[in-house]
Amino acid sequence: MRSRIRPLLFAATILAGLPAAHARELPPTWEGVRERARGQTVYWNAWGGDEPTNAFIAWVGRRVKETAGVNLVHVKLTLTAEAVSRVVAEKAAGRHEGGSIDLIWINGENFLAMKEQGLLFGPFTHRLPHFALVDTTGKPSTVVDFTVPTEGYESPWRMARIVYVYDAARLPRPPRSIPAILAWAKANPGRITHPRIRNFLGSTFLKQALYELIADPGRLTAPVGAEDFALLSAPLWRWYEELKPRLWRRGEQFPESGPAMRALLADGEIDIMISFNPNEATAGIARGVLPPSVRTFVLERGTIGNTSFVAIPYNAAHKEGALVVADFLLTPESQARAMHPEGMGNPTVLDLRRLSPEDRRRFETLPQGVATLSPEALGRALPEPHPSWMNRIVAEWERRYSR
Amino acid sequence: MGTPLLPLKSGREAGSGFLRLFPATALLLFLVPVAAGLAATGLAAFGFLPALGGTALSLAPFREFFSLPGLSSSIGLTLRTGFLAALLSLGIVLGLCGTLYETRLFALLRRLIAPLLSLPHAAAAIGLSFLIAPSGWLSRLLSPGLTGWQRPPDLALVHDPFGLSLIVGLLLKEIPYLLFMTFAALEPIRVREQIAACRALGHSPGAAWLHILLPQLYARIRLPVYAVLAFSLSVVDVAVILAPTDPPPLSVLLYRLFTDRDLGLVFPAAAGALLQLALTAAAIGLWRIAEHGVRWALRRLVRAGGAPLPRRPRAGFFFGAAALLPAALSLGGALALALWSFARSWFFPQPLPVDWTLAHWSRHAPELLRPAWTTFAAGFLAAGIGLLLALGCLQNERVNGRSPAARTLWLLYTPLLVPQIAFLSGLQILLVRLGIDGTWTALIGSHLLFAFPYIFLSLADPWRAFDRRYRTVALSLTGSPRRSFLRVELPLLRRAVLFSFAVGFAVSANQYLSTLFAGAGRLTTLTVEAVTLSSGNDPRVTGIYALAQAALPLGVFFTAVALGTRRRFCESTHHRVNRG
Repeated sequence: MRSRIRPLLFAATILAGLPAAHARELPPTWEGVRERARGQTVYWNAWGGDEPTNAFIAWVGRRVKETAGVNLVHVKLTLTAEAVSRVVAEKAAGRHEGGSIDLIWINGENFLAMKEQGLLFGPFTHRLPHFALVDTTGKPSTVVDFTVPTEGYESPWRMARIVYVYDAARLPRPPRSIPAILAWAKANPGRITHPRIRNFLGSTFLKQALYELIADPGRLTAPVGAEDFALLSAPLWRWYEELKPRLWRRGEQFPESGPAMRALLADGEIDIMISFNPNEATAGIARGVLPPSVRTFVLERGTIGNTSFVAIPYNAAHKEGALVVADFLLTPESQARAMHPEGMGNPTVLDLRRLSPEDRRRFETLPQGVATLSPEALGRALPEPHPSWMNRIVAEWERRYSR
Repeated sequence: MGTPLLPLKSGREAGSGFLRLFPATALLLFLVPVAAGLAATGLAAFGFLPALGGTALSLAPFREFFSLPGLSSSIGLTLRTGFLAALLSLGIVLGLCGTLYETRLFALLRRLIAPLLSLPHAAAAIGLSFLIAPSGWLSRLLSPGLTGWQRPPDLALVHDPFGLSLIVGLLLKEIPYLLFMTFAALEPIRVREQIAACRALGHSPGAAWLHILLPQLYARIRLPVYAVLAFSLSVVDVAVILAPTDPPPLSVLLYRLFTDRDLGLVFPAAAGALLQLALTAAAIGLWRIAEHGVRWALRRLVRAGGAPLPRRPRAGFFFGAAALLPAALSLGGALALALWSFARSWFFPQPLPVDWTLAHWSRHAPELLRPAWTTFAAGFLAAGIGLLLALGCLQNERVNGRSPAARTLWLLYTPLLVPQIAFLSGLQILLVRLGIDGTWTALIGSHLLFAFPYIFLSLADPWRAFDRRYRTVALSLTGSPRRSFLRVELPLLRRAVLFSFAVGFAVSANQYLSTLFAGAGRLTTLTVEAVTLSSGNDPRVTGIYALAQAALPLGVFFTAVALGTRRRFCESTHHRVNRG
């Protein structure tokens, strides 16, 4: 009987020009959303490996409880893919409502995978009142995630940027270009490394190098096929073949993750590390996990920047509460807190010109972190290449070096 | 053989009918989820998983899996480390018994067992890496004074390509576990009497061990040895911390595939999981064949007039050192973890932290409470239910003999032999479909899958070795099987019962993947928090959670030991029996 009704419903929906089934369930007004959100418990699945981020999420929980009566639970993940596979399992079991995840910290390939598999709720960002403050033109990565248009299926909450952290006590003048890094490694073998290739920072290390070595960086914004990749990435592999034996442990062993690499820098096993957090050095000093002598540099020709997002699974049990949290993350109060150098220190996704003078002052009065670069020194961000580049880099690396 | 001397009509009949339900119930409880999990994984291995667009059966997942770069090195590494770890732990434990039985060192090890067993293996592995890494505590203590190292040396001391550090990490847990099973297995073997008999016949105690006692002992710890072999071949968390990273052991490779951002890799991962299952089965088969070979060689040795045995003191020194090393490394590792949890910062080559703080503990202590409660409640219930089931099954065996259902009880060990991630990802779908994921039922049920086999393993031998004449006498004195069971059989075996409860609790507290899948983020334990936070690689936070994670099982073990050695309890039971 159900199967007979469904086509009818489908036809009716099209005829009436109604939006898709999931969106229709929500209250039409933001007030209605807030009302239904009150008292809901939102399960935010987010990587739990970064202490400043965990502390920030705990603060967000306290604030949304006070301002909107929403209970926020941080479900700490080892890998974002855990949450993705949980949604897959729920879909496989036919639980299309009342899912166990309400909000996911996500971006890049995980977003693309979930979007392509139809696992996300949306579009929803147009419903968030504070989304209007987002700097979608000055910071295009807030609406284009790894060249994939977000189309309202995920909402930005902080900016990330590739930086290199180095120990100034041992290395007064760090190399500031990809060829210079190789020259430096030749003179100082074993003093630099990157996380293993399947960790996103490992592939990021090579992706950043490719940006500088490829003849035409414009090619990076489009998907790449196997033949083109072999041709276009050849300079990268020439560079890496020379660098690899001069990496830490002769390039035969790699740290498991970014934080594992940070421990190597802290103990003086390496002198330079790559990071996606522009505030890594300052936060590390403040927490005592990096020595006070660490500083930050970026490459002269620029580094890749991207954005962290939150998305809502298609079967989330508390969509209204998730929307309220996603909106709170975009408030000037929350964004200024996220940018504080003694907390996370991530640059804001907002366009400061659109804020009231009072709200703008929250950002202008933020202290400058001791080891954090000013926005001018950081320069403009390079856009992320299309995900196919990352996938091909990983596959090619494994083909060449995994035995 | 099992019939009592005095016929007890009514009581025996009533008791046996009830008991007959146990093996069947246990099998049902286990086979359904395991079979469902394996079925889902098996289907995915052949390309069927509609949620990810796999709607047709094909061999493509296998082709994709076998074309993975580095796969043969991965398998080689797995087999090498798995067999070496199992062989070494078994060899050390048997050698220890043969050379040091009833010495002071043996007694010391017996006391060390509880803390060593309760230290979670992930925490033990983390502690080991904090100790032996190039920038680890040992290196810090010796540098730069003795070594001249201003910076950590460029040596692969952990994650070494051969897998030595992984093997050592496995021994840290496997030697204590096998030793624990051996202590229990030795009890019913009359070691002293048999050695005395051999001596009277003119043989050395060494020969008595090798030819008379070891075969008896080995027969009793065979299943635990298989469990150790399977564990060595499929462990994930210890391998992530200590094994080579590129290529990693098969278990880590599968874990990475299952959790890769590319969802399509679930298909080759499922195919790989089936391969790992086959590999584990083949390894156990090979081990069995080798057992026959060893038995044959020993027999020839006997006919040739006995083995030229090494002098006992020297061999004893070697085995004693080999058995104490894990204890020393675990203790050193735990101490390093404890130091880290109070350090504000601690950089190489400072021998101790220069800045101390309580800030980490005060920041994390409130967040420890909820997972600590979940760990305790789940462990207590899983171990309790597991113990009841095991007692029921074993008592059924004693009263009714080994029924067909009882003879298939070995199937309960499947959760220990199947690679966890493979069967759990299938089980997760089942839990979601039943709508019970994230509930206590799902959590305790999935913990039971792993805790029960260990409870059964540690209880079965002492229970089966129980002198039936006690029961016969008790039945005649108390007049009821229920009273015989509660007042005589249970109290006499209470040490084994309490210990198996503690083992079950420790196994439950140790569960990572099953908690992750069944808890659905709603229920979380100290182990899950510890592993998750350790991905942040902050040794201070890792230290706090690892210590908290070890504290609960440790407490339960000490309580079990304290209750198990209470004399008065035993005596009062005797009185009650006499009066009853």
